[in-house]
Amino acid sequence: MAICSFLPELLCKFPAIDDGTIRMARKSVDDGFKGFVRSYGDAIDAVVQPLQWFLNYLERAFVSSPWFLVLIIMIAVVYLGSRHVKITIGTALSMLAIGLVGLWNDTMITLAMVTVCTLISIVIGIPIGILMARSDRVQGLVNPILDVMQTMPSFVYLIPVVMIFGIGKVPGLIAVVIYAVPPMIRLTNLGIRLVDKEVLEAADAFGSSAWQKLKNVQMPLALPTIMAGINQTIMMSLAMVVIASMIGVGGLGKNVLQAIANQFFTVGFLNGFALVGIAIIFDRTSQAFGRRLQKHSEVIHG
Amino acid sequence: MASHAIEVKNLYKIFGPRGEDFVDVVKKGMGKAELNEKHGHVLGLQDINILMPGGCITVVMGLSGSGKSTLIRHINRLIDPTAGEVLYDGTDVCKMSENDLRQFRRHKTAMVFQKFALLPHRTVLENTIYGLEIQGIERRESEKRARGWIERVGLKGFENHYPNQLSGGMQQRVGLARALTNDADILLMDEAYSALDPLIRMDMQTVLLDLQKELKKTVVFITHDLDEALRLGDKIAILRDGRVVQQGTGQQIVLSPADDYITAFVKEVNRGRVVHVETIMRPLSGNPEGVSLPAGMVLEAAARTMTGAHVAAAHVVDENGRPIGAIDLQTIIAAMVTPTSHADRQAA
Repeated sequence: MAICSFLPELLCKFPAIDDGTIRMARKSVDDGFKGFVRSYGDAIDAVVQPLQWFLNYLERAFVSSPWFLVLIIMIAVVYLGSRHVKITIGTALSMLAIGLVGLWNDTMITLAMVTVCTLISIVIGIPIGILMARSDRVQGLVNPILDVMQTMPSFVYLIPVVMIFGIGKVPGLIAVVIYAVPPMIRLTNLGIRLVDKEVLEAADAFGSSAWQKLKNVQMPLALPTIMAGINQTIMMSLAMVVIASMIGVGGLGKNVLQAIANQFFTVGFLNGFALVGIAIIFDRTSQAFGRRLQKHSEVIHG
Repeated sequence: MASHAIEVKNLYKIFGPRGEDFVDVVKKGMGKAELNEKHGHVLGLQDINILMPGGCITVVMGLSGSGKSTLIRHINRLIDPTAGEVLYDGTDVCKMSENDLRQFRRHKTAMVFQKFALLPHRTVLENTIYGLEIQGIERRESEKRARGWIERVGLKGFENHYPNQLSGGMQQRVGLARALTNDADILLMDEAYSALDPLIRMDMQTVLLDLQKELKKTVVFITHDLDEALRLGDKIAILRDGRVVQQGTGQQIVLSPADDYITAFVKEVNRGRVVHVETIMRPLSGNPEGVSLPAGMVLEAAARTMTGAHVAAAHVVDENGRPIGAIDLQTIIAAMVTPTSHADRQAA
């Protein structure tokens, strides 16, 4: 501090805008946002209503179906996707373990949530990724937004989500999608941009239209990268459903939140492991599925 | 009936954001290095004028950076020219609307690429029908046509293999089958055989020559290999630094190279396979003696015929069997070895 005694105050203490002005600005932004929510709240609710229906429908289907039916369907999906006996047996065992410790219903709720979030992320992410790959300007515009979405602490954007949508499943879903969609967009963009220039040139030389090029060349060749994006999106949804339990999403995340609040060591870890189990099932299945789609590139001419 | 010739007229390509502004400067004589240094633009092609006759193989030869790949991409306008025209059947390809251009590419041209450019997720058959699929032709019909061409290029039995399961030579056969299935008048081959090893390359050259005998397409073939150019080309254009240095038949280029650059090129050429007997025959004096050789026969084949028949003298006949000149082994051998004047010119 010794230097400061010689220097003018302006150089030593950062010249911040005074408290009054900041308070004014903050208040007007907050009020403006609240006003916006108040006047358009009903319209916004109406727009997201289909999400609510879809989510409720899937959740009911998962929870109220007999457990063995769900288990059989899951095992069938995993086997058909991966064609891998080890992964299938692992899935069956971990689901049975989850059921045994009494977490079946909560797991079903979380599964429904993650399924819906992943589907929505894919539906939103792939078209945006394609647009980004087609135009450098769009890429320049979207990239910083994605940076913000990925680095902003997830608790922070829970605030506007709750202000707009209130507490419940749909706001939770929206928060999860915001968190999980960036890798989908980025990897779709990257995958399309990495497609071999010469193959694209060949498609042009044979007179492909833009749509034919996208359908026949760009999407199929970008598929491994896009699959990696879907995998990342699933993993990030699983991580985020725990945080989203703070604004009313049920399932395993809610149990974790309660365990944190009450220092229930065992409950916390049991639910945590259940999440890990689902994550590994999703991850291995989607990766094995992705590899199976790429079978043609594995057999190299010797 | 149109001639199906391609005519490239006064074609200029200058790479860079303001290429058009520098065409005049280049016309006034600014070279490639100077343009790059002063204005930061790259001179791709300058003042290209080539007539590519219909039904013939025109080879464009040059080393890397000579602009040959840029030139072939102007014919189906994968690259837009800075100035000039590319005429096909009287239409300027460079002025076509986007839709016309797409139709032109679908129905009039087909292209074979140096690195094959096959779709890795599609089988040989699915790759081969690609052009027809784009045109919207019914699947069963296009498969029938594709199978025919797959058989013609010698890939029968591999229809359901993926490109990754095939060797380079076989992959390029798929590339060729894909182009031929399109049944276009123009076949563009961009260094199509450069990535193949020498034996397979010879093999593929033979495939092309055999097919061309019956198909009579307008083929534009890009290569950096003079032997390949001489073997395939009905007409050869040699490119250097984006400029045509010489064009003509293989024989014209070997026997009268336009400058030192081409002289250096043709020095190592096997003349016995390029020069025709009628080029070096002398006028008939008296009765034709020895065996008769058809005009258009190359010296190597003539020497083989004569030594096989144990004669030292022969006569050349035209297509009607009329004798038009005389030739002897001495002359043939003298013409087959590289003349010393070339070596002298090199030394100087």
